[in-house]
Amino acid sequence: MTGHRTQNRWWIYVPLTVALIAVISPFVWMVLGSFKGEGEILANPPTWLPESASLDNYTQLFSRLRFGTYFLNSAIVAVLVTAGNLLFCSMVGYALAKLEFRGKRALFVVVMATLMIPGVVTFVPLYVLVVNAGLANSLPALILPFLVTPFGVFLMRQFMVGLPTELIDAGRVDGASEVRIFARIILPLCGPALATLGILTFLGSWNNFLWPLVVAQQESEYTLPVALALYSTGQNSIQYGLLLAGATIVVLPVLLVFLVFQRRFIEGIATTGIK
Amino acid sequence: MSLTAPARRRGAERAAWLLILPFCLLFLAFTAWPVVQSLFMSLTDTRNRDLRTPFAVEFAGLGNYVQAFADPLFRTAAANTAYFVLVGVPLTLAIALVAAVVLDKGISRFRAFFRLGFYTPVITSIVAVAVVWRFLLQDEFGLINTVLGWVGITGPNWLGDPDWSMPALILMAAWRNFGTAMIIFLAGLQAVPASLHEAASIDGAGAVTRFRYITLPLLRPTLLFVSVTTAIGYLQFFEEPYVMTNGGPLNSTISASMYTYRQFGFGNYGYASAMSYLIFVVIAIVTALQFRLLRERG
Repeated sequence: MTGHRTQNRWWIYVPLTVALIAVISPFVWMVLGSFKGEGEILANPPTWLPESASLDNYTQLFSRLRFGTYFLNSAIVAVLVTAGNLLFCSMVGYALAKLEFRGKRALFVVVMATLMIPGVVTFVPLYVLVVNAGLANSLPALILPFLVTPFGVFLMRQFMVGLPTELIDAGRVDGASEVRIFARIILPLCGPALATLGILTFLGSWNNFLWPLVVAQQESEYTLPVALALYSTGQNSIQYGLLLAGATIVVLPVLLVFLVFQRRFIEGIATTGIK
Repeated sequence: MSLTAPARRRGAERAAWLLILPFCLLFLAFTAWPVVQSLFMSLTDTRNRDLRTPFAVEFAGLGNYVQAFADPLFRTAAANTAYFVLVGVPLTLAIALVAAVVLDKGISRFRAFFRLGFYTPVITSIVAVAVVWRFLLQDEFGLINTVLGWVGITGPNWLGDPDWSMPALILMAAWRNFGTAMIIFLAGLQAVPASLHEAASIDGAGAVTRFRYITLPLLRPTLLFVSVTTAIGYLQFFEEPYVMTNGGPLNSTISASMYTYRQFGFGNYGYASAMSYLIFVVIAIVTALQFRLLRERG
């Protein structure tokens, strides 16, 4: 029956493929360009395959521009922010989904109300706070404000509401403590939600720009996007090959993470959308 | 031996508080406090010299807000942001909807493959993408104008022409973001019962009619959700002009967020806070509108 429905539609693959090429080609051009020399990147007409491929841009990126440090900063921040969200958001999500306590309704209202507060609203006072706490130009300043997000709490709560309450009652009958029930019974069942939250948080942190730009004012604390943006808009003469290699370094790790987890990821996006 | 009911309830309550404690502390310090402090700052003349003494400042009333509305550059930034949202959101959603419908009904093979490809730009850093697009959009040897040249079109000097700079940024934003909307639309489309389509087709309704009278009405809550979340993101656009145009040429791409950041950089914390609150208010209105519209239907 499906065969019948799509019988005469083979031509649809033509515009789809053209669209796919249009969507993907900037990345292909970026990766290929990162192996080219200066002259070839600016060649008219532009070329696709490098005439003489070399790793020069990458070696310079890591020796002259300290991209190794920036990469490490980005990785440390992203890993810790992700770990914090997985732990803290599931803790709050569980309390909101399955436990009764005073202030529960108020907490849920607060979470919902702050779901949409953008970074641009809080960055000025947050900067003042961080400076006065002596945290400016330190990695904790990049991590602490993002350790828990209302979005993550919401995601975990929505998932946990669907878990059978009988499991919790059974745990209580067996005499397990509440915290033990959470850690040993509930958390192991949250795999899909934790995976979605983990990937979303990691990507969000890795790509985050405004706050790291505001707070990291010494080179040693730059994250990759900050370093790349400042280099690309800098006063010094820019090497285009380094820009493309830098962009590749920013994009490639998340691309790999994404390709490995893509099914889970896309399903996660779809469910957050329709709730 | 199991506990009595009240004791168990007390235990659950204690556990709940233990579980929410880290969230509450972090939330108070890094979200609630800055939101309140931001409002306070926006009503004062706080500057960077007051950094260590954020409360020893002069009260300025609504002065910063008055100043913002009178500031020609803020008005330009606000107009640019409105342009970006009002053109960018419909364009992004239209591309996403076409892609979702084609993937849902048009093809039977390689669906996951195309879905993956179209979604890829979403996961990438806007900064990295903007760096690459600055090359692609170059006037003479840029890839985009070269491709346009193949079909006989002389492309504009995208980032150098004040009339084309914003369309260029919108094009890039649509390219990067339509994947999210597409995925959510696809999920929405799959929830439309096939039996409705079959019944309508037996009654002689064509594909376009079925889309118009069956798919679209059932997709409305999804459309609303996606348009609001996309609008909220676009209202804050910052990286694109920061990396690609520095707000130019002739301030044609400076955004509200970018101008706020610039004033912060000048040390005008009170003024920057007032502008970020204005952005916040617009976002809050858009969010409230969404809840209202969703409730009306539910």
